[in-house]
Amino acid sequence: MAVAEVLRQNPSAPRRRLGKFVKRHLLTVYAMAVLAYLFIPVAVVILFSFNNNQGRFNFTWQGFTLRSWRNAFDVPGLFESLLVSLRIAFLSALVATVLGTLIALALVRYSFRFRGTTNILLFLPIATPEVVLGSSVLALFITLNVATGFATIVIAHILFNISYVVVTVKARLSGFDRHLEEAAMDLYADEWTTFRKVTLPMIMPGVFAAFLLGFALSFDDFIITNFNSGQTVTFPLFIWGAARVGVPPQVNVFGTAIFVITASIMLLSVFLQRSRRTQF
Amino acid sequence: MADVGHAVAQTRRMTARQWGLLIVGVVITVLGVTMITGSALSGLARLVIPIVLIGTGMAITVAAIRSRTRVAYWLLIPGGLWLIIFYVIPMTQLARTSLEEGTFQTGFEFAWRWDNFAEAFTTFGGQFFRSLLYGGVATIIAIAIGYPLAYFIAFRGGRYKNLLLVMVLMPFLVPFLLRTLAWKVILADDGFVVGVFQTLGLVEENGRLLATGIAVVAGITYNFLAFMTLPIYVSLEKIDHSLVEAANDLYASPMVAFRKVTWPLSRPGVVAGTLLTLIPAAGDYVNAQLLGTPQQFMIGNVIQSRFLVVLDYPVASALSLTLMVAVLLIIIPYVRATGTEELVA
Repeated sequence: MAVAEVLRQNPSAPRRRLGKFVKRHLLTVYAMAVLAYLFIPVAVVILFSFNNNQGRFNFTWQGFTLRSWRNAFDVPGLFESLLVSLRIAFLSALVATVLGTLIALALVRYSFRFRGTTNILLFLPIATPEVVLGSSVLALFITLNVATGFATIVIAHILFNISYVVVTVKARLSGFDRHLEEAAMDLYADEWTTFRKVTLPMIMPGVFAAFLLGFALSFDDFIITNFNSGQTVTFPLFIWGAARVGVPPQVNVFGTAIFVITASIMLLSVFLQRSRRTQF
Repeated sequence: MADVGHAVAQTRRMTARQWGLLIVGVVITVLGVTMITGSALSGLARLVIPIVLIGTGMAITVAAIRSRTRVAYWLLIPGGLWLIIFYVIPMTQLARTSLEEGTFQTGFEFAWRWDNFAEAFTTFGGQFFRSLLYGGVATIIAIAIGYPLAYFIAFRGGRYKNLLLVMVLMPFLVPFLLRTLAWKVILADDGFVVGVFQTLGLVEENGRLLATGIAVVAGITYNFLAFMTLPIYVSLEKIDHSLVEAANDLYASPMVAFRKVTWPLSRPGVVAGTLLTLIPAAGDYVNAQLLGTPQQFMIGNVIQSRFLVVLDYPVASALSLTLMVAVLLIIIPYVRATGTEELVA
């Protein structure tokens, strides 16, 4: 350390110090600029929910109004599509969380044949472009003569959610002390009781995080849904349909509401985490 | 020793009950499989009933195995079955459809028609090339934007690290399509950005950004930026900072220390981020549709219109399959380098 201190004070240092100063602040400025860039479209979405737009399109600013917020539910089909999306997201995240958690338990707890195969099978849906995933599932439904609609959307969403659930739950499981389970078994708890009373409560945060991730991915999915939707209209599909004929500002109202609610929850959890850490 | 061998032989030998379970299980599984391929059932029942049968059959079959790993197989069956029925089988279905001939009106028939692929390439080669070009350019820009941001959060974030990470993720809480449409406002012809570009001479006097490749690439870059930033952040976060200090102590300039220490150690994150950005970018059609014109259409646009509008399933499947193969060719070297265990970790 002392050597480094001396080196820092040697005559050739000023140039380097200047370089360091520029570098540090350049990086800070750059990072702040990127963050600002990330939030520009967000600001646009929120701003245009207050746009007093004349005509069908909502792409140029024409003045401030609360009209769209007051008449948020007046656009036929919009709120219904939101409810459909919420139902699909809940169902698909729920099923995927159960199926994915079971797979994660198998992968972390047991060594078995087909382990590599299972890993590849889980990786492929993540690596497959959404158009390919959506169109291949549609190809199956066409061949089996299954009419696309609500159920086929849920089926496809469960499919792409499983892999993400496994990744999330596995991360939680691998940092988990197996001795706790062994202790329970030593105290004559059978496997099921051990799972219910020891394993499940400990992995619950991971399982819950996986559910939230699956919910978010399903709720915002457009491409795979578009292939398998039939007559069912989800929130993204409503926006897609509206984009051709003119997006009503009420869509931005709901988009803003979704953003504000979810962002507040995220920020709240960050601040709760921090205050908990400072307590200890 | 003989006793041990005898005991092992005993546990290996299957009892009548196990044979019974095995046979019942296999029969139910086979019944389920045959019901999928050709049954009188229609609609969703045609899928649901066979799946339940196959699952039950497999669970019973596994019950016949007397070993500790059978629990693992039970845990794997429901999810694994889902992945096989709705991922593996659809992929083979896609391959089969890509070789069919006929029209939507007259019906399609399997005929080893490789011409579908020839047709796909000759007619839509341009869109294929554009997908890779736009996807590639967007990925490179995403590295240029995402790497310094990830570096800043990892090394200068301090106690605001979590807050900064949440801020990176936050824009993605706005629905995807609304985010994309917002770029239509930002890049509008009479908007601020176009004005600045015109003043700088980067865009002609009456030129525009919207409805050009620039708008599409801008949209793609923005939409998938978190997929680039987060993996890079994770790999930077893992770096032991004393390594960088050691380089500095050995008279490496900050630039050399970065090039020789930080960059190589963060490369796994850059590679992962590149894959996670390039794959959705190359397959995207939302940005080209909303921010471009048919002159900017990518392969995703063609696949979706062939499947959902033109109803030309064979050529659409051929295109889809080709995209999948292209993506696999990009991924396989990565998979071989990291092994299967790292893939889903």
